[in-house]
Amino acid sequence: MVVARAARARSLRPPAVVWVPAALVATGMLLPLAYLVLRTLGVGAEVWDLLFRSRTLDILIRSALLVVAVTGASVAIAVPLAWLTVRTDLPWRGSWAIITVLPLVIPSYVGGLVAVVALGPRGVLQGWLAPLGVERLPEIFGFPGAMLTLTLLSYPYVLLPVRTALARLDPTLEETSQSLGKGTGTTFFRVSLPLLRPAIAAGALLVALYTLSDFGAVSLLHYETFTWAIYIQYGYFARDLAAALSLVLVVLALGMLIAETRTRGRSRYYRSTTGGARSPTLVRLGRWRWPALAFCAIVVLLSLVMPVSVLSYWVARGVSAGEPLLLLWGHARNSLYVSGLAAVVAVLAALPIAILTVRYPGRISGLLERLSYVGFALPGIVVALALVFFGVRYATPLYQTLGLLVFACVVLFLPTAVGAARTSLLQVNPKLEEAARSLGRTPLQVLATITLPLVRPGILAGTALVFLLTMKELPATLILSPIGFKTLATSIWGATEDGFFAQAAAPALLLILASSVPMTFLVQRGRREA
Amino acid sequence: MVPLRMAGIISTLAVMSLGLVACGDPDPTATVGSPGASTAAIPVADAESSPGSLTIYSGRGETLIDPIIQQFSSVTGIEVAVKYASTTELAATLQEEGDRTPADVFLAQDPGGLGAVEDMFVPLPDSILGRVPDWARSPEDKWVGLSGRARTIVYNTNKLTEADLPDDIWDFVDSQWKGRIGWAPTNASFQTMVSAMRVMWGQDKTRQWLEGIQANDPTIYPKNTPQVAAAAAGEIDVGFVNHYYLFRFLAEEGDSFPARNYHPRAGGPGAVVMVAGAGILSASENQENAERFLAFMLSQVAQQYFASQTFEYPLVDGVITSRVLVPFFEINQPNVASRDLTDLEGTVSLLRESGVLP
Repeated sequence: MVVARAARARSLRPPAVVWVPAALVATGMLLPLAYLVLRTLGVGAEVWDLLFRSRTLDILIRSALLVVAVTGASVAIAVPLAWLTVRTDLPWRGSWAIITVLPLVIPSYVGGLVAVVALGPRGVLQGWLAPLGVERLPEIFGFPGAMLTLTLLSYPYVLLPVRTALARLDPTLEETSQSLGKGTGTTFFRVSLPLLRPAIAAGALLVALYTLSDFGAVSLLHYETFTWAIYIQYGYFARDLAAALSLVLVVLALGMLIAETRTRGRSRYYRSTTGGARSPTLVRLGRWRWPALAFCAIVVLLSLVMPVSVLSYWVARGVSAGEPLLLLWGHARNSLYVSGLAAVVAVLAALPIAILTVRYPGRISGLLERLSYVGFALPGIVVALALVFFGVRYATPLYQTLGLLVFACVVLFLPTAVGAARTSLLQVNPKLEEAARSLGRTPLQVLATITLPLVRPGILAGTALVFLLTMKELPATLILSPIGFKTLATSIWGATEDGFFAQAAAPALLLILASSVPMTFLVQRGRREA
Repeated sequence: MVPLRMAGIISTLAVMSLGLVACGDPDPTATVGSPGASTAAIPVADAESSPGSLTIYSGRGETLIDPIIQQFSSVTGIEVAVKYASTTELAATLQEEGDRTPADVFLAQDPGGLGAVEDMFVPLPDSILGRVPDWARSPEDKWVGLSGRARTIVYNTNKLTEADLPDDIWDFVDSQWKGRIGWAPTNASFQTMVSAMRVMWGQDKTRQWLEGIQANDPTIYPKNTPQVAAAAAGEIDVGFVNHYYLFRFLAEEGDSFPARNYHPRAGGPGAVVMVAGAGILSASENQENAERFLAFMLSQVAQQYFASQTFEYPLVDGVITSRVLVPFFEINQPNVASRDLTDLEGTVSLLRESGVLP
């Protein structure tokens, strides 16, 4: 009795091993915000003119529409995909599990370009349909194209956490439902789906913020969003106005974060009894496997096969026109190196925040978690310039070194790791940790021997996400990398900037390939552990 | 790739022009023309003992600019480090860095980018400024144009001939062009052209043009390249672009590529020629090397490189331009200087007022 109460009392205040690193991380996250406030203060009255034009409201609404549509569509694609690849006897389940995640490795500036080339009014598809008398395809530019492109690139943000959660669900809950005479459908909607809510919400939040801060796809598909408006301010060197608009973006993101927190509620998602650690029985699809296969095929065709084909076509055309095939292994190595570093650092930074928010919910931990999302909601150029400002003044030896670049990527992508770790942690019964504490383990030992092994799927998923995002990252890499440090992303950018598509295609394919290998490994490992 | 083929020729020429870079000869043509002058200019050997280094922020793409920078480095022995990003990103970075910037030279795509950080530049010596025509340099002598870029109209050759195109860019407000135009209002070069309109037409007529084009439902593009592709694909009939993008497509896709450039025959702002240029940061500790670099970029060798490899217009005399390029004298270039085209802020607010930009 005494032991139990002591354990509970201790659990109210987080141990130093958790809150000290969490506070440090949060301080790092504050830098872009501090920079934005500083710059905004430098603006005169014109900022109010800018903010209160009807045009600004118009763009805000357009951004919000896109965010809602892309997030909704991503959930609608990802949840069925997760269920099919985890819980059913879908043919080639293992392969689908891997390739449905891979669109995540395609940068939005490549996805946008490919969408224009393949699906544009006079694109490749129109060329195929021309013999059938199709002169012009419906307009892809604007909302439909931006929504399609961003959905196809970002649904894996939902797919990954939902799959992890689905694999870890206590099968006995669903079995109970079925033994009470409920069908597969009812069980899914009434039992499984509510249990997946935190995972879906965490993924949806990432999709929403990614959409909000994307520049590549929306600019290529001509859909004016808030982030585009920010870039336009930089375009005429009005960094102060850009900062003011960025602050509005932060407020918008905070609104989304609060909405996501609402969905969390106070429910518990771990099992309270020992339960069965076995895998659930697979649902037999029967003749439903054909529509299921068609669904997976269409998603993969549009999101992965189409971009890879267009890029391969460009490479082939360039090579046949006599251009040398530039396989930039050195750039690929740089990409892998910086992405690997960023992934490891981000996960280490994410863990204390995840533990704090799950185990010690409260106002401060809530604030810390929200802070961690600031970077992800901001366009890369804003975060990069904030770190230029602080780096060149207060961390001069670090300026334009790999260290600062890795730090920037952590600031930008931390929430993907926090979300993944958090979702996993929610499924771990805190009594396990309390038991270890009551048996005399120190907080650090509990973390190392109980918590970390149990949240490993979440850690792996977080590592994978940060890794992929860093592989694709562009503005921070251009601005903050050491001089002469080239990555695959910068070489794609360099070639498209000068209009050499054939030269952009080879590094783009290499980027997709290089990201796919570790991704495949992580997905497979995750499946084995589940 | 073409620049590689040229590397041999360039390096030969570059070695010949060594003297001019080393001694800062104000008259580049004389040096290249007479091999005697270049052998006399051996002082480079002196400099080789400690040629030092140079850090460049380049808003110009690596594919096109790197070969000539490498030439500079190999002839002078100066160790050159280049940071590549967009002109916009680098100008913002320079603004944040202030006098702590590690950059010695800023190479920008357009006068707007140079103008934005003009107060961070040192005034350039006449030996550099004097090499380019008056219209191609900063009003404060803080930056210098390195190559010329003409605004042009790219058109689909399957649908149109040059005779179908109007004399002046103004005439695209006619309703016969409805649904046929492409433009890139966020593009810096487009905005520079609008600045030229403001200078030549005045504020009201420019606004009328912007509104007239908008009434014709133009397709919006993020930059020039996709417009050229769209014109060739027949997605648009005409696009307002810079002249050199077309030649990169021609190089990749061959002469059958169904798009060509048209420089408005009546001149006007639609035929304006702008510059890509450079300035030297006052915080730089390598002022001498920076000046040598700018002098080199305005040498016959580098100017010949721009003319034949990036399809831009040279700014010094005596350079042979590519045969596919419309000769510079055939462009009815309006009488407006690059220095008058740096009021980007005024242009952007006009673009905003007329609803073209958010």
